[in-house]
Amino acid sequence: MEALLALIIGTLTACGVYLILRARTFPVVLGLTFLSYAVNLFLFAMGRLVVGRPPLIDPSAAAYTDPLPQALVLTAIVIGFAMTAFVIMLALKARAELGNDHVDGMHEP
Amino acid sequence: MQLVFCVITPFLGAALAAWAARLGPNVAAWIAGAATLAAGGWLAQGAMDTFAGATLVERIAWMPTAGLDLVFRLDGLGLLFALMILGIGFLIVLYARYYFSPQDPLGRFYCFMLLFMGSMLGLVLSENLIQLLIFWELTSLSSFLLISYWHQRAEARNGARMALAVTGMGGLALLGGVLLLGEIVGSYELSAVLAAGDRIRAHPLYLPMLVLVLIGAFTKSAQFPFHFWLPNAMAAPTPVSAYLHSATMVKAGVFLLARLFPVLSGTAEWFWLVGLTGLVTLVMGAVIALFKHDLKGLLAYSTISHLGLITMLFGIGTPLAALAGVFHIINHATFKASLFMAAGIIDHETGTRDMRRINGLWGYMPYTATLAMVAAAAMAGVPLFNGFLSKELFFAEAVGVAGLYRFGWLVPAAVTFAGIFAVAYSLRFVHDVFFNGKPVDLPRTPHEPPRWMKVPVEVLVAICILVGILPALTVEPLLAVAAAGVLQGPLPDHDLAIWHGFSPALWMSVIALAGGGLVYLGRRPLFALADRVEGRFEARRGYDWLVTGVFTLTAWVSARLDTGALQRMLLWFVLSALLLGLTGWWGQAVPLTGPRPLLPVGLAGSLAALGLMITAVLVVVLHRQRLTALILLGAVGLGCSLIFVVFSAPDLALTQLSVEVVTVILLLLALYFLPQTTPAESSRIRHGRDLLPAVAAGGGAAALAWAVLTRPQASIADWFLANSLPGGGGTNVVNVILVDFRGYDTLGEITVLALAALGIYAMLEGLQLTGPARDDQGRRWDPDLHPAIMASLVRLLLPLALLVSVYILLRGHNQPGGGFIAGLITAVALIMQYLANGVAWTHARLPGDLHPLIGVGLLIATLTGLGSLVLGYPFLTSAFTHIHWPLGDFELASAMAFDLGVYLVVVGATLLILIHLGLVHDASHPSADQAPDARGADR
Repeated sequence: MEALLALIIGTLTACGVYLILRARTFPVVLGLTFLSYAVNLFLFAMGRLVVGRPPLIDPSAAAYTDPLPQALVLTAIVIGFAMTAFVIMLALKARAELGNDHVDGMHEP
Repeated sequence: MQLVFCVITPFLGAALAAWAARLGPNVAAWIAGAATLAAGGWLAQGAMDTFAGATLVERIAWMPTAGLDLVFRLDGLGLLFALMILGIGFLIVLYARYYFSPQDPLGRFYCFMLLFMGSMLGLVLSENLIQLLIFWELTSLSSFLLISYWHQRAEARNGARMALAVTGMGGLALLGGVLLLGEIVGSYELSAVLAAGDRIRAHPLYLPMLVLVLIGAFTKSAQFPFHFWLPNAMAAPTPVSAYLHSATMVKAGVFLLARLFPVLSGTAEWFWLVGLTGLVTLVMGAVIALFKHDLKGLLAYSTISHLGLITMLFGIGTPLAALAGVFHIINHATFKASLFMAAGIIDHETGTRDMRRINGLWGYMPYTATLAMVAAAAMAGVPLFNGFLSKELFFAEAVGVAGLYRFGWLVPAAVTFAGIFAVAYSLRFVHDVFFNGKPVDLPRTPHEPPRWMKVPVEVLVAICILVGILPALTVEPLLAVAAAGVLQGPLPDHDLAIWHGFSPALWMSVIALAGGGLVYLGRRPLFALADRVEGRFEARRGYDWLVTGVFTLTAWVSARLDTGALQRMLLWFVLSALLLGLTGWWGQAVPLTGPRPLLPVGLAGSLAALGLMITAVLVVVLHRQRLTALILLGAVGLGCSLIFVVFSAPDLALTQLSVEVVTVILLLLALYFLPQTTPAESSRIRHGRDLLPAVAAGGGAAALAWAVLTRPQASIADWFLANSLPGGGGTNVVNVILVDFRGYDTLGEITVLALAALGIYAMLEGLQLTGPARDDQGRRWDPDLHPAIMASLVRLLLPLALLVSVYILLRGHNQPGGGFIAGLITAVALIMQYLANGVAWTHARLPGDLHPLIGVGLLIATLTGLGSLVLGYPFLTSAFTHIHWPLGDFELASAMAFDLGVYLVVVGATLLILIHLGLVHDASHPSADQAPDARGADR
């Protein structure tokens, strides 16, 4: 399973990097979202992969997975949403002010 | 605590004076004067003990674990400087009130001046060297503000910038020196440093430390080759020059020399570095001063020269020389402050400072002329004035050096040479300005200044005469206690008499006075020569060259890096990250795969993972069809939340799921205003160029993730798991970490969320966007915007969804859930209403203004934290208890209030973002069912 998750993280990163190198704003926002997924999964993976042992204290549980990366990733997901929202609004604003959606805002639409 | 109050008072006065200036210039002046006197009152309480030989130390714990305290110290040296700062400061307050014209904002001047005064007081009263350095930098900053007071003038801005650059650079060097010193001693406190003299001088790091400290002192005290900032700082108003360049700013450097004198002096390095720098500065300043036609320029170079004299005295290093240095600090402060003030009066009355035009003022202002002549005589070292006494001591010390080295006789010779020029420029100041024929083409007809403008000069001149005639009765006690503070030991035998018999020093004085007269008589050919070499050997050229060079270099670098093309910059960014990663990789001989046992791979898992990866790649392949790409992106997000489900992270799965919904709705709304397809404009090579780094980055991330995942883990998780229930009162450890153990973090994060929402709100304000009338295949939009079945169903669902979110919120402390997830669920439930029923319909039925929701949420979260602070626990410590309800045991924790704050912020921020985008959306295509005041309802 570890190999699969590593591959997923790699794929998401590659897709994200490719998309942020595009010339139009919308694919760049998609790329940033991909990178958020990849980073969140990567941070989550720092706690290693454990199946069926959620960090909910229970006298009958034998062990738990690491709760700390989960707490960090939880807020990261929400902040990631705020960032995506901010960037897409910037893109809208740029479109309204400059008349096109190029990332440098100087080419013809 | 009197020292703390003494230092704080001017800072408080600064704020008050800036505010009170609106009540009139006199109010600001009164406040500034009162603040100065109050600081003096605090100082006086400790002064008596200091005269008895005590050293007062006050300590306030600041960061005890790091060994950093706010510590103030009052001994003889600190007392002398504090007295000068406050005494001359008070006179400047009075003088400035009459110097400035009604157009000049006096409140700003008094504010800056008091800031500077407080910084200087902090500097001279610091026990901790790091703290001293902070005040040192504060003096640089506040003097920058003072010098650039007339910021509409280019020369004032340039002068201020140069002073800041040079003294700031010195401050940086001093920081290095102080850190080394602290390393050597093991403490940054002066008491410890002053007791460790032998250890410091014997240490291998002594020389680098000394050089760094000296660069700090020399830049501040305008010693060669850093002297050039001082003449350029003359663009400041004259009260500023009188304050900064007589008693305070430039004296901070020699203060440092005096302060560290017992531990740094006594070595050959000290003698040569300090002594020689002082000698060169002394001679150079004296010679240049004679040839300056600008009144303040002459005084500026004379100041440089006198600072050189003081530096050289400390460099000589005998106890008597140090005592003479302290004595000259006092004398120079008095006569130079009065001379600057006199120059200010002349400038004020005549409208110019050019000595080729100001002549014969004796006929217009004889009283001011008399005052200036006394001060100039003190500067020249004429007997019966205070400058003579310290200069005699200085000459005697110079003679003492002569016997120590081969060519030692050069020292008294050079010193006498400087003395000759000092007499000559003093003579020029007096003769050119007050006699020497008639004034030439003055802008104004001069007359005596207002009464109170002369009083500060009178006070200082009186001190010059009193000290000059009766030194033992006047200055001796203060000098003794200050010199004892410098030496940190017994005083040498000294005799502050006017007549010492026919000593070599007396003959040097006689030669200087007579030679000075002769040089002034023969000045015309010298001036002609000076005009020819003018500007050819200026140290500021090096400075200009350096500054221009740095600017050119940075402009070149940023032009290379910032081409204005985001794609290229991002490519560089990715490539640098790859390079950094690879460098780390190659340096290690560790295998990629670690020894941790792997989880078995199931068929379902493999298929799901494969599906996820294929979907991700499809997004990239199909990214030109934006709607398709967006839907596929949502699928990838859902896949991520499945991963969280599988690997024991229910909270994350819930969060990811609800965020995914919100994100996709948001991007759909935004996509309406953007082109529906991306044009194919990149070349094949471009695609290949981008694909390579993308694949490399992906490979790197995968390899790194694999390397970590296959290694065993050492984590601090056990502590959280063990303390979650007993310490935080919750069984959901992730939630307890969020609201309790790392609650401060969470508070910061919801603040970021709130700020992002407000930023978006601001961006959308007044944004006019037009969406397309047809979809990308040319079809009209469906006229039935809000289908009845969906609208009714969603309305029915709302109470259920809200119930679920409240349940999730309440159980969050013990089961998967909590403020973040509940907030997102509520937001989704409400957004569904907007989608199904239309923004206008929903907006009219819900409280429109969402800002209070965010504010209240932040307030609740912060107050919860403060509550624990009030009860004496650290910020955001949670308390909990169990109450018994008929339905069962119910837990009540203060962390739940915090979680409620989180919930409100998340709801408010999410809705604010989406609804305002929705409103823009509605405004772009008005339809029949829309209330005309849909946007107005929000305001």
